[in-house]
Amino acid sequence: MLNYTIRRLVLAVPTLLFISLIIFSLLKLAPGNPLGDLPLTIPPEVREKMREALGVNKPLLVQYLLWLKEFFVVEPLHLIDVIFGTHYSAGMQRIISWQTRSPVFDIIAQRIPQTLWVVGLAYVVGVLIALPIGILSAYKQYSVFDQTGTFAAMLGLAVPPFFSGVLMILIFSVYLNWFPAIYNTNLNVDSWHNFWLQIRQMVMPVLVLAIQTTSQISRYLRSSMLDNLSQDYVRTARAKGMSESRVVLIHVLRNSMIPVITVIALGVPSVFGGAIVTEQIFLVNGIGQLLITAIYANDLPMVQTITFIFAVLIVLFNLVADLLYGVLDPRIRYD
Amino acid sequence: MPDGALPVLDVKDLKTVFRTRGGQVHAVNSVSFHLHPGELLGVVGESGSGKSVTMMSLIGLLPSPPANVSGGQILFDGHDLRTASDETLRKIRGARIGFIFQDPMTSLNPVFNVGFQLMEPLRKHMGLSKAGARDRAVELLELVGIPDARSRLRDYPHQFSGGMRQRVMIAIALACDPKVLIADEPTTALDVTIQAQIIELVKELREKLGMAIVWITHDLGVIAGIADRVMVMYGGQVVEQAPARELFANPQHPYTRALLKTVPKVHGAREPKLNVIEGQPPILMAAPSACSFRDRCAHAFARCGTENPQRRPVGANGHDVACFWDAATQGEADA
Repeated sequence: MLNYTIRRLVLAVPTLLFISLIIFSLLKLAPGNPLGDLPLTIPPEVREKMREALGVNKPLLVQYLLWLKEFFVVEPLHLIDVIFGTHYSAGMQRIISWQTRSPVFDIIAQRIPQTLWVVGLAYVVGVLIALPIGILSAYKQYSVFDQTGTFAAMLGLAVPPFFSGVLMILIFSVYLNWFPAIYNTNLNVDSWHNFWLQIRQMVMPVLVLAIQTTSQISRYLRSSMLDNLSQDYVRTARAKGMSESRVVLIHVLRNSMIPVITVIALGVPSVFGGAIVTEQIFLVNGIGQLLITAIYANDLPMVQTITFIFAVLIVLFNLVADLLYGVLDPRIRYD
Repeated sequence: MPDGALPVLDVKDLKTVFRTRGGQVHAVNSVSFHLHPGELLGVVGESGSGKSVTMMSLIGLLPSPPANVSGGQILFDGHDLRTASDETLRKIRGARIGFIFQDPMTSLNPVFNVGFQLMEPLRKHMGLSKAGARDRAVELLELVGIPDARSRLRDYPHQFSGGMRQRVMIAIALACDPKVLIADEPTTALDVTIQAQIIELVKELREKLGMAIVWITHDLGVIAGIADRVMVMYGGQVVEQAPARELFANPQHPYTRALLKTVPKVHGAREPKLNVIEGQPPILMAAPSACSFRDRCAHAFARCGTENPQRRPVGANGHDVACFWDAATQGEADA
């Protein structure tokens, strides 16, 4: 297993480099004006100097290699500096956003907690709700619960977040006034009152995102459970006199969860990507919203860095999913 | 060897019906038999004769929506298992009645190690601690002839061969020292040499532990080697029942006689054609009102089409047959 992991990690490096090259080339090929958001009163020579300083006019290959060095060398050193208080990266050029002219990673570090709170929590909530639904739907196949669950899952998968999100705002914020429609990004959670406010403003975006996850995972789990409920070993477990709950929740579930856990692991990177639309609707200042604004502003380093982080997460969680499969299913051994 | 006058299992007029889309399938039609302590009852019949369904009906292992054990009594240990509560049945399954299934490759749960699956009934029915259960599990594996038992406890089913897996199944069935062991074609899926080993093992275990055994098979050779008494089933009914020697020496029912003729002879000249019983076993859509075998019978007459023959004694050896034809006179038996 260790051999396999190391081999996969080593192979991941050229994969990621290739991905970063593709991202970079695509972004460079896209038309746009990097400093177009600056006021028109700035004279063109000053603009030109600013562009020079940001490295916009350097040759493509040089820009790419500089970015690589900044991402893989400078930023980690800076992180070590921040943690350990050393000065390894003092004086080195970090990745600079063209919009804000400040380091990309500082901004990302600011935004990540929002995304993790809202999107991460939504994923966890979605999975936790999906488990009992999937198990019960399979155990009582074709019952009223199952039919309702199937219909609800179909709706949940078919209705996009930008529709369900707006609908929820309409019902819960405008008509019922239960939850705030605008995410207060300045809310400092330092008291129970503020904590409660934070919870209240997270409910809707979390629910909107969770609907997608719940629908998908509950269907997967239902299908996997149905496969396993008719297996011979279930009959053996019953013949041993095991209680029905033990048969279903230990014998069958353990087998059924194997493919489902890999789906869950593969879905984690999409947590970050899928948040893009939801963060726009609820105005949560997370990574997704950062990416959108950076794209609009043609902020190449920001877009490059964020999409590359997504790529790293996807490659990493693919590996995690494969390893989990090997851990959970004793019949699979990679060596 | 058989002893004791009181049967440990007494089945009277058992009826099981399956509700299917095409109607009701009468799989078990008034089956009666009893099992004495320490005795091995062989149950023979074609596929579709109702052998497995009868035995699974005894401990309620058939899935309840389509299957319905609709009539009769199953007297075991002071309970009527047909009407007993789920809780009572669960206490009896695995503890007082052990069951061995046909296909060892799929009867064990692939994600739990053999020790876990063996220790489950020990901990539940006998209340043993983990360490106590583990010791007993080692004893059981040694009893069924698995070498290196203590380290094998941690192995998974896929690390055992077919014959070894069936031995594990036998160990699980015997774990709590049951009074009755029901073996549903335990060697059908194994090759002949392993089959012989398993048969020897079961005979040995019967000597040591003294439980009563029901052995279902379609192989008359196995019956000859192991059974004290034999029950021949056809169309969900017992058509003949006798001590093993008596059945082979003096078969009464045309079906039994035809079955014995189908076994190819090892000695003598090889016959150009195999003896078969033409036709297919019936699927009974209603409780039988006539003899189910008459279409394939060499000796059928008019009465066979209007009445369903009931079991009548033949000779003095505890031999009975359900047929209107008399083998001795080669004609109709006296009413």
